[in-house]
Amino acid sequence: MKLNRRASLKVLGALSLSTAAAYSKAQSTAASPLGQVVIVGGGYGGATAAKYLRLWGEGKIAVTLIERQAAFISCPMSNLVVGGSRKIEELTSGYEGLKKLGVTVVQADVTGVDTAAKLVMLDTGESLDYDRLILSPGVDFLSEQIAGLDAPAASNILHAWKAGSQTTALRKQLEAMPDGGVFALSIPKAPYRCPPGPYERACQVAHYLKQNKPKSKVIILDANEDIQSKKGLFTKEWNTTYKGLVEYRNNWDVKVVDGATNTAESELGDKLKADVLNIIPPMQAGFIANIAGVVNVNNKWCDIDWITMESKAVADVHVLGDAVQIAPGMPKSGHMANQHGKVAAAAIVELMNGRTPAPLMMANTCYSFVDADRVVHVASVHRYDAEKKTMVTVAGSGGLSTEANALEGAYAWSWAQTIWSDMLS
Amino acid sequence: MIKPVVSLLALLLSAGAWAQNAVPTATAISVTTTNPAYLAANCANCHGTVGNAVGAMPSLAGLKADYISEQMRAFRDGKRPATLMHQLAKGYTDAQIDAISGYFAAQKPN
Repeated sequence: MKLNRRASLKVLGALSLSTAAAYSKAQSTAASPLGQVVIVGGGYGGATAAKYLRLWGEGKIAVTLIERQAAFISCPMSNLVVGGSRKIEELTSGYEGLKKLGVTVVQADVTGVDTAAKLVMLDTGESLDYDRLILSPGVDFLSEQIAGLDAPAASNILHAWKAGSQTTALRKQLEAMPDGGVFALSIPKAPYRCPPGPYERACQVAHYLKQNKPKSKVIILDANEDIQSKKGLFTKEWNTTYKGLVEYRNNWDVKVVDGATNTAESELGDKLKADVLNIIPPMQAGFIANIAGVVNVNNKWCDIDWITMESKAVADVHVLGDAVQIAPGMPKSGHMANQHGKVAAAAIVELMNGRTPAPLMMANTCYSFVDADRVVHVASVHRYDAEKKTMVTVAGSGGLSTEANALEGAYAWSWAQTIWSDMLS
Repeated sequence: MIKPVVSLLALLLSAGAWAQNAVPTATAISVTTTNPAYLAANCANCHGTVGNAVGAMPSLAGLKADYISEQMRAFRDGKRPATLMHQLAKGYTDAQIDAISGYFAAQKPN
């Protein structure tokens, strides 16, 4: 099933189209004089869009948020759970705040989307009408691109790249690792979710090893030619704070894993046996984007109009967050997804009021913890370029921390709490 | 302001996927002013919705507009040291900074 998930989802989508009549209509009872928006995915993009549609729509837009999980668990900060300085519960929030704002929150899986009839089908047997659909599906993994990863014997090989049970399971694997052991962390070719995230994880694992298992090592297997984000800041930590604990290998593209022996094999035939094998597979837009027909870049990502976040493939369907084909200099980050959600909400409010949306600005801030307290950031500001019809980095804006520091550590935790509040309450 | 209106109209008419949304009437096309709340939402990730942050980040709600604008320009021009605000402030024009300041000044602090 897992091997051919993408293919089977396509079939499922097609089946759902033909049997849409079998679904019962579950309409929001909220007053919606301006229209109905259905949002799929309650993460950084979707939850933000839901909140801001209620806020800026002044309650005149009915908003239904479909999310398969009962609660939101943040990917940003989840490396701290692996490192041991935070608990997963601290990163978890319910959807009560959005409900209070009048958002109808439905816990379900989307089984099909009929963009002609403007219907979303759910695994509960219900269907929802929409005037505009927002997809914020995050990423799904192309695990079939790594031979052996879908085998039953490889169930111990985790990605922990979606926060939740895998995050805490990876922490347990690290705790169970013997001193003198190897923690191997693989990074797929860019673009992938959260460019600095893997290097932050390497720091977090090294932070734990330094305190508890100093004879051990983190080996980073990067499919890319070089470190993808905050290179100087991370390498400085690896060469000083974590000297001898972190080894970086570039152009190491994992193509095969053997779950029985916990061995990874590269494209070039290099092999590495590890005590903990943490494989982050290549990614694409969340599979629901395929079902809705909005995947139109490299068969992986979704090209959108940057004024409205509307798909260039399907009318009245907006796409947010990591699933989007990024503009130059724009990372796949939770912060960015939040900004996407606001741009989509503003555009939909304008359109539903009969006005033309104007281009908006977006800003990004990514904090990475190099230990339990010290942080490095990368920041940027993006504006719409009317000629290029994309977002571009504002010349002269943005930059990095000069070095890891604890002041930004305090700001980073405040950032997390504030952005969770900005999207969920 | 004629030029942007014409180019926007051309954009709307040329983009097939937009056909259903394009309302080619003078009133619809001419409205291009941006709600300052949309711009200020750039700041809300760190400073909170309507400018009330959680934790160490400074809240902005209810601060005087002149003060916010002055600080943003001081960050931008390197007169006030910062961890990252000097990098973000460089991304906004004077007019955008003033629009943001006016918005947060009008909000209620928690």
